Amino acid sequence: MKNHFRLGLFIFITPVLLWLLLLIIVPHVELLLMSLHGKDDMGRTVWTLANYRNFFTEEIYWYTFVRTALYAVIVTILTFLVTFPVAFYITKIVSPRLSGFLTVLLLMPFWVSELVRVYGWMILLRESGVINHLLTSAGLLDAPVEMLYNDITMLMGLVYTSMLFMVVPLISSLEGMDDSLIEAAHDLGASPMTIFYRIIIPYAAPGITSGSIVVFMLALGNYLTPKLMGGKNSLWFTEQIYNEFIASFNWNQGAAFGFLLLALSSLIIWAGLKISKQQLGKALS
Amino acid sequence: MAPVLDIQHLRKTFGDFIAVDTLNFQVEDGSFFSILGPSGCGKTTLLRMIAGFQQPTEGKLLIRGRDMSRVPPNRRPVNLVFQNLALFPMMNVRENIAFGLKRQGVGAPEISRRVDSLLERVHLSGYGNKDISQLSGGQKQRVAIARSLVLEPSLLLLDEPLGALDLKLREQMKIELKKLQADVGTTFMYITHDQSEALVMSDRVAVMHNGRFEQIDTPRNLYSNPATRFVAGFVGETNILPVRASSSAPLQVQTSFGLMLRATPVGNCQSDTLDLFIRPESIILTPAESHEDINLFPLTVQNILFDGSNTKLLATVGQSDHELLVALPQNQQFAHIGKGDTVPAGVHVDSCRCYPRGGS
Ligand SMILES: Nc1ncnc2c1ncn2[C@@H]1O[C@H](COP(=O)(O)OP(=O)(O)O)[C@@H](O)[C@H]1O
Ligand SMILES: [Mg+2]
Repeated sequence: MKNHFRLGLFIFITPVLLWLLLLIIVPHVELLLMSLHGKDDMGRTVWTLANYRNFFTEEIYWYTFVRTALYAVIVTILTFLVTFPVAFYITKIVSPRLSGFLTVLLLMPFWVSELVRVYGWMILLRESGVINHLLTSAGLLDAPVEMLYNDITMLMGLVYTSMLFMVVPLISSLEGMDDSLIEAAHDLGASPMTIFYRIIIPYAAPGITSGSIVVFMLALGNYLTPKLMGGKNSLWFTEQIYNEFIASFNWNQGAAFGFLLLALSSLIIWAGLKISKQQLGKALS
Repeated sequence: MAPVLDIQHLRKTFGDFIAVDTLNFQVEDGSFFSILGPSGCGKTTLLRMIAGFQQPTEGKLLIRGRDMSRVPPNRRPVNLVFQNLALFPMMNVRENIAFGLKRQGVGAPEISRRVDSLLERVHLSGYGNKDISQLSGGQKQRVAIARSLVLEPSLLLLDEPLGALDLKLREQMKIELKKLQADVGTTFMYITHDQSEALVMSDRVAVMHNGRFEQIDTPRNLYSNPATRFVAGFVGETNILPVRASSSAPLQVQTSFGLMLRATPVGNCQSDTLDLFIRPESIILTPAESHEDINLFPLTVQNILFDGSNTKLLATVGQSDHELLVALPQNQQFAHIGKGDTVPAGVHVDSCRCYPRGGS
């Protein structure tokens, strides 16, 4: 009996372990080793920390990283501000039957790939695009303006891309909240503002935390949207990594940047959790 | 002094449906007032109007003489204990109870003092720092009540607060709530569909049916002197017999199985199809004296429902198939009675109450 159980467990767990080992652990170990290697003056491959040192000594590298991280934080906050009222409306204000329908409506755009959606935005926003055409033919603009390739557009694109990953955890945490909690707080003398800050936000905190982590990581690691909507000036850290691998063909440097991105973003999330007094386990459960 | 609560012509409709139908009543200061009615009769709707979560369609609602129509729930001097308690899961017991005081801007030392004194009152001293999820059903109940009581409201509204508890705990909480109310002196307005809760705890009970009050009275009067057919059937156990009036003044009725009884009419008993109500304990087995005010008939025991001090018999009159519930006196006088025995029985005319069939 017990052996049967063991065997079953083994059969189920083997593919998972293999997947973890072959697709995640092995490549990462490989990359880690690569990031710790470099060429010395004689062109021989040696162990070195130079790839990591470069990040801190070359201004452009860490400047790009700080900029990317800062924008990722802003994207996270903006995404929260945009999606929270939507999630609240869907879960607490409309009737339950309508709320399911609205949720599906909300998720629909995300059935198409990110690339297609970004191209959609580009068709709308570019100099010869739909919005410029409408504005000029309505006489509101004398000549079309370029709305793509600036930071604002890029942030908007990132927020749009990330919305799904914020709104789903928000909806699921707000859905679990009993409406009578809001009424009870109101009955005990709380104003609508107090109810929002003392009851609704703390209740939704695990959802907010997990949504924020996912959105932050996705924004930080996004390549497509900054590249296409931010253009040449986007200075996104993932482009830096891409350049090292593909343009400079310096895989060692690229691998080091990859690990730095992983370490620094983990550090930022850890700090965020500490500041907001949230626990990762609670947020992800 | 004005009554705590004064309700005048209060009405609430949802579309065509009348949930609360033109109520008029007052609740006196310091009393335990219950509203008893089957589920769906409009109890919660009435309570939510008093708390301010629903606007009356018509009528007025005064608390201590002040009109409440424009006062939002967070400014009314009433607090509501919710049917599902609605304790804040992200706060511990102490924070839950302190929530209302903080909103009033009471200072921290004062909050701490008042929370402690209330925790002691509801026998939860030492539980202040526990999480809500660590409490048992009865403890949660008491936290919910403490959370409202700490604000010293003019009126505490309780919406079936014992509904979720198991039977044993419910019995215990009934007594505790009654004691607590006497202790703090706050006016309680208690809603329930359980007649025993209402009878045990209240000073006065309003019986509600289809949005209307059928009777507002003391528990004793409600039980022994129900004003309408609905109250007679809803409050307490009773035998209901459909009867025909064979003569009025004095009223004489005939049951479907042919038994003739003298009875007391309540309300408008002009029609000749009536309902006769007899409480199980008013049927006396082997009555000692045969007074003219006592209806006599033989009972055949069909079944014995043993339940300790609450043991009852199911019996038929002669060979008819209409079973009557008869309470046995507490002494062991009838311990020898067995299935199939025939015993003489009697019931006083005053205990045979007739109500018009159908309507209220
Ligand atoms: N918001 C509402 N809209 C429509 N009907 C309602 C609403 N609230 C309650 N009702 C109806 O009013 C009646 C009384 O409800 P309620 O006051 O909750 O009864 P109780 O608390 O006595 O069980 C019920 O038939 C219910 O369906
Ligand atoms: Mg109810």
